[in-house]
Amino acid sequence: MLSGILVFNQKGENLIFRAFRNDCRPRLADIFRIQVISNPQVRSPILTLGSTTFSHVKHENIYLVAVTKSNANAALVFEFLYRLVLLGKSYFGKFDEEAVKNNFVLIYELLDEILDFGYPQNTDPDTLKMYITTEGVKSAIVNNPTDSSRITQQATGALSWRRADVKYRKNEAFVDVIEDVNLLMSATGTVLRADVNGQIVMRAYLSGTPECKFGLNDRLLLDNDSAGSGGSDSKALGGGGISGGKIGGGSMTRAAAGSVTLEDCQFHQCVKLGRFDADRIISFVPPDGEFELMRYRATENVNLPFKVHPIVREIGTTKVEYSVAIKANYSPKLFATNVIIRIPTPLNTAKTTERTSQGRAKYEPEHNNIVWKIARFTGGSEFVLTAEATLTSMTNQKAWSRPPLSLNFSLLMFTSSGLLVRYLKVFEKNNYSSVKWVRYMTRAGSYEIRF
Amino acid sequence: MAMNRIRGAFAVPRKGETFELRAGLVSQYAYERKEAIQKTIMAMTLGKDVSALFPDVLKNIATTDLEQKKLVYLYLMNYAKSHPDLCILAVNTFVQDSEDPNPLIRALAIRTMGCIRVDKMVDYMEEPLRKTLRDESPYVRKTAAICVAKLFDLSPGMCLENGFLEMLQEMIGDPNPMVVANSVTALSEIYHAAPETQALKVTTNTLRKLLMALNECTEWGRVTILTTLSEYRTSVVTEAEQICERVAPQFQHANPSVVLAAVKVVFLHMKMVNAELSKAYLKKMAPPLVTLVSSAPEVQYVALRNIDLLLQKQPDILNKELRVFFCKYNDPPYVKFQKLEIMVRIANERNFEQLLAELKEYALEVDMDFVRRAVKAIGQVAIKIESASEKCVNGLLELINTKVNYVVQEAIVVIKDIFRKYPGYEGIIPTLCQCIDELDEPNARAALIWIVGEYAEKISNAGDILAGFVEGFNEEFSQTQLQILTAVVKLFLKRPDKAQGLVQKVLQAATAENDNPDVRDRAYVYWRLLSDTSDPNAAKNIVLSKKPPIVTTIHSLPPVLLEQLLTELSSLASVYHMPPEQFVGQGRFGADAVQKAAIEEQLQNALDNPLAAAAAAAATGTAPQQQSNVENLLDIDFDGTAPASAHKEADGGMSGLDGLAGTPVRGESPATGTPAGSNNLDDLLGVFGDSGAPSSTSGNAPPPDGGAGADLLNGFGGLDLSGNNTTSPPPAPGASQPKKTNEDILSLF
Repeated sequence: MLSGILVFNQKGENLIFRAFRNDCRPRLADIFRIQVISNPQVRSPILTLGSTTFSHVKHENIYLVAVTKSNANAALVFEFLYRLVLLGKSYFGKFDEEAVKNNFVLIYELLDEILDFGYPQNTDPDTLKMYITTEGVKSAIVNNPTDSSRITQQATGALSWRRADVKYRKNEAFVDVIEDVNLLMSATGTVLRADVNGQIVMRAYLSGTPECKFGLNDRLLLDNDSAGSGGSDSKALGGGGISGGKIGGGSMTRAAAGSVTLEDCQFHQCVKLGRFDADRIISFVPPDGEFELMRYRATENVNLPFKVHPIVREIGTTKVEYSVAIKANYSPKLFATNVIIRIPTPLNTAKTTERTSQGRAKYEPEHNNIVWKIARFTGGSEFVLTAEATLTSMTNQKAWSRPPLSLNFSLLMFTSSGLLVRYLKVFEKNNYSSVKWVRYMTRAGSYEIRF
Repeated sequence: MAMNRIRGAFAVPRKGETFELRAGLVSQYAYERKEAIQKTIMAMTLGKDVSALFPDVLKNIATTDLEQKKLVYLYLMNYAKSHPDLCILAVNTFVQDSEDPNPLIRALAIRTMGCIRVDKMVDYMEEPLRKTLRDESPYVRKTAAICVAKLFDLSPGMCLENGFLEMLQEMIGDPNPMVVANSVTALSEIYHAAPETQALKVTTNTLRKLLMALNECTEWGRVTILTTLSEYRTSVVTEAEQICERVAPQFQHANPSVVLAAVKVVFLHMKMVNAELSKAYLKKMAPPLVTLVSSAPEVQYVALRNIDLLLQKQPDILNKELRVFFCKYNDPPYVKFQKLEIMVRIANERNFEQLLAELKEYALEVDMDFVRRAVKAIGQVAIKIESASEKCVNGLLELINTKVNYVVQEAIVVIKDIFRKYPGYEGIIPTLCQCIDELDEPNARAALIWIVGEYAEKISNAGDILAGFVEGFNEEFSQTQLQILTAVVKLFLKRPDKAQGLVQKVLQAATAENDNPDVRDRAYVYWRLLSDTSDPNAAKNIVLSKKPPIVTTIHSLPPVLLEQLLTELSSLASVYHMPPEQFVGQGRFGADAVQKAAIEEQLQNALDNPLAAAAAAAATGTAPQQQSNVENLLDIDFDGTAPASAHKEADGGMSGLDGLAGTPVRGESPATGTPAGSNNLDDLLGVFGDSGAPSSTSGNAPPPDGGAGADLLNGFGGLDLSGNNTTSPPPAPGASQPKKTNEDILSLF
C-alpha cells in the first residue's frame, strides 16, 4: 500500500523520511519538493508522476506526504494522514515543525508501529500511549514482559480500545453534545442551506467493562417505541445552569420539544453497528477517558441562533457604507460568548470608521475585513454596527467580489437541531451506580451571509 | 560541502561529523552511545550518507533499551543493502529477539527482519517466522502475518516451499480479528503480485470468517476485509444478500475510508439481490455519502470524485441533496470544481431554480477558472432541463451585461450550445453581437461567428460583421478560421446578393494564403460545391440542411470504463477517472520490468564509469527519451551519482510530463473541457453534423437527402473528424503517442 511517509517543512526541508517498501527512494523527496512545495500552481492534493503518487495534506506549517506506487486506496491514504496529525497532536500538543524536529525519534517509532509494510495498523492514540512513550507520556511497563503481553493482548483484541482493569472510586460519565451549525444565506435573506454537524463527545470514568446504552430524541427511534411514555419534562435534562444538568439514573424522559430527524450518524468503533442498524439502539463498551462517541447530521428544523441583516452600499468608487444588524434568536436566559462577526471590505480599502452599539470593532487590513467582537450576547437582544470604508482609487477598477460575511460564536445549553439526550444507561456486572452529566453547546460551523 | 566530500573520499576521517558520531557510537557510556545513534538517524533523515558507520551502529544492537534497539533496527533497514555481508552479524540478535519473553520485542524482531532485504537474512528468517506465526500473542502473530508478504516479495520460492502460504490461509480463521485482517492483507498482497499462487481464494467458508471478523476488527482491518469482499464475485443470490446485509451497517462507521469501502461492496453485490432490496440499499447509502462531503477537504475530494462516478451509474440517488454541494467560500478550488459537476448532475425540474441562483452567485466571484466553470454549468443545466432553458438564458444575459471579459466569452460559448438545442432564442442575438469587440479567445470568437452564420438571414448586418472577420482572416486561430469560412458560405447561400464578394475573398484567403490543411481542404470543398452548376440546390441541401439538436453537454464516461471504475471505487483510479493501467506501472510484469532491468543495468554502468554513461545518455537522450528519464528518476535512486545530463533532462521532461500524468485538475481540464469543446467543433465544422458529432447521434434518422447526398455526407463527416483531432497533422502522429514509442524504444534495451 503506502510506500513511504515523508514530512516536510514549508521551506521544503525533509524532516521525516520513512520508507516502508523497497520502491520508496530518497530521491522522491526532491521530486516532491520541486513539484509541489515550490510550485505555486498546485491545485490538487494528489499528484501522480510516472507511477509514483504523492498524496499530501498540510497541517500547521508542515506537509505530510504519503508515497504510493500502485492504484492505492486514496480515501484510506488521506484518512491515515489525518490520523497521523491527530496522533501528533495527542502526543505533542501541537503538531508542527518544531514538534517534529524535537521528537523525530518518537515519530519514527510511531510510524514503525502504525504502519507495517505500508499497511495501517492500530492508530488509536490511547492504545499507542501505553507502549510508545515520551517524557510527556510515561509508563514504565514496556520492559516488563508480563505487562507488555497484556498490552499487546489489548492492542489487538476485540476491545482494543479499553483496558480490562479500570477502577474508579466514583463512577462518572460526562456527555458533551457539540453542534456546528452551518448556514448559507443569500443576499435577499433566504436560507440557501442550513444544517447541523453534531458531535457527541463522552468522557467516561467507569470501572470494569461497562456496557452502555445511549438514547436520543431521534425520531426513528421514538416512532419505534411508542411504549415509552412521557416522563419528566425535557428541561430536567438540560436545566441547571452552565455546568450541565444531571441525567436521572436511567430514567426515561421524553423530549417535550419533539423529536429530531438525524440524516446520518457515524459512530466510534466501539459502537455495535449491527444493533444500530437493526433497531437503532446505540450500545457500546466505552474506551476509558475522552472519546468521540458519534457524529451526526441534521438538516430539518434547524434553529438558527443568530439572524444577521447586513446592508452594504457602494457609493461611487470611493466609499462603502455598512449597516449590520444582528439579533439573537434564543431564550433570554441563555447567552452566547465570543461572538465574532467578520465583515469583508474591498481590497483597496484605505481607512475605515466604525460605530457599534455593543462590543468592539476593528479593521484588519491583512484579512480585508472589519472584525466585530461581542464577548457576551444575551438572548433576544439586537445590536447594530455602522461602518464606512474609504477606498483608494485604482487604475484598473475591478468589481468587488463581495465575499460573504461570516460569524463565529459559541452558545451553551442550546442545540440548533433540537437534539436531546434522553438517557445513558450503564450496565456492569458489579452493578454500581454511576453519575452522568450532559452539556449542550452550539458553535458556528461555516455561518455565512451574503450581501 | 565540497570540503566534506573530499574528506569523505579518504578511508577514515579524523575530524568532522562522521568521526564524532563514530566516537559516540563506541563510547563506553550508554547514554552517549544512544545519543550518537539518534544523531546518526537525524543525519540519515537529512539525506546524508552515514552508511560508513554501519559496523559501529551494529555494535549497539544487543541492548535491553527498547528505544535504542528500535533506532538501530531503523538504521539497519536503511543501510542493510550497503553492507550485506555485515548484516550477518545482526542475525543472531534477531533470532534471539524473536524468542524474547516480551511480545513487543518478538514482534519488533520479526517485523524488522522482513525489511532487511539481504539474501543472507532471508536464509535465517524461516525458523523465526514459523515460530512467530504460531506465537501465543496475537500481536506477534499479526506482525508475522505481514512478514510473510515481505518474504514473498523477496523470495517467493522460499515462501511457497515452506508452506507459509498455507499457514496464512489457516490464519484467516484466527480468533483474533486483527490477525485475520493482517492475514487477509498479506494474502491479498501476494495474490495481486502473483495471481498464479491463488493465495486469496474466497470460499463460502472463508467468506463466513471474513464477515465475522468485520464487526470486531480495527478500522483499517475493516477496509482490508471490505476491499477483499468487493473483489469477490459470487453467483449465489443468498450469498450476495448476506454480504450486503452484513456490510451495510458499516455505512455508519466514523472512518470515511471504511464508509467508501462499504459502499463499494454493497454497490457491487447489489446487482445480485432483488430490485426492491437493492433500491433500499441505494437509499441507505445516500446519507453516508452526503456526510463524507463534510470531512476534511482532501478526503472530501476523493469522496466527491467517487460520488460523481456513482451518479453516472445511478443518477437519482442524491436527488434531494443539492444544497449539500453548494460551494463554501473557502473550499479549495479542486473541491469547488467537483461540486459544480455534481450539482449539474443532480439538477432536475424541481431544484434547478435554486441551483441557478447559486451558479449566478459563483459567476461573480474572483477566481477566473471557477467563474468559467460556473458559467459553463449554467449552460449544461439549460441543455439538460428544457423548462430551465429560458431562465438560464436570462441569467446568461445578465452575466453578459456585467461586461467582465472572461464571463462574457464563456457565456457566448455556452449560448451557442443552447442555440444548438432549442430554437426561439434568436431575439438575443443583437445583444451578443454587441460584445464582438471584447472577444479575444478563439473559442468565443468561433462560437459567435457560428451563431452569425447560422442565423445570417435574421441578422441584418451579418455581412458587415463577417466582413470584419474576413479582413483579418489570416491572423485568426485556425479554429476561428474554419468558422469564418463556414459562416460566410452560409451567409452566401442564404443571401447570395450580399456576400458574393465576401465568399470569394475568404475562399481565396483560405486556399491561397493559408497553409493549414484543414482550412484549405474545407475551403476547396466549399468552392467545388458552390461552383457545381448542375444542381444549384446541392450546396444548399448540404450546407444548410437541418441538424438534429444536441442532447447534452455534460461530460460522461463511456459505459465500459464506468463499469470498470465502479469496481475501483475509492482508489486512485476512481479519483482520476482513469483505468489504473494508465497511470500505474505494471509492477513486476511486462514492459515495465524490462525497462527497469535496462535502467538498472545502465545505472550499474553509470556507477562504474560515470563519464561514458553520461555520454551514452546524451547520445540516446533524444526527445522521446526524456519522459522515461523522469520515470527513471522516480523509480530508481541514482544514489547521487546520476550523470549530470540525465538530471538536467529530467527537469525539462518533467514539465512535459505534467500534461500527461498531471493532477486530476490539471489533467481534468482537457478531460472535461476538450471533449465538449471538440464535440461542438465537430458539429460546428461539420455542417454535416450527423456523423461528425458523437453527441448528436441519438438515433435520429439521417436527413432525407438523396442517395448521393448521403454518401457525400458520410464522406465529409469522416473527413471532419480526422481533421479535428489534429489541427496540425504533420507532428501529430508522433506527438499523440510519445509514451508508446518511448516504451518501444525502451524495451529494445
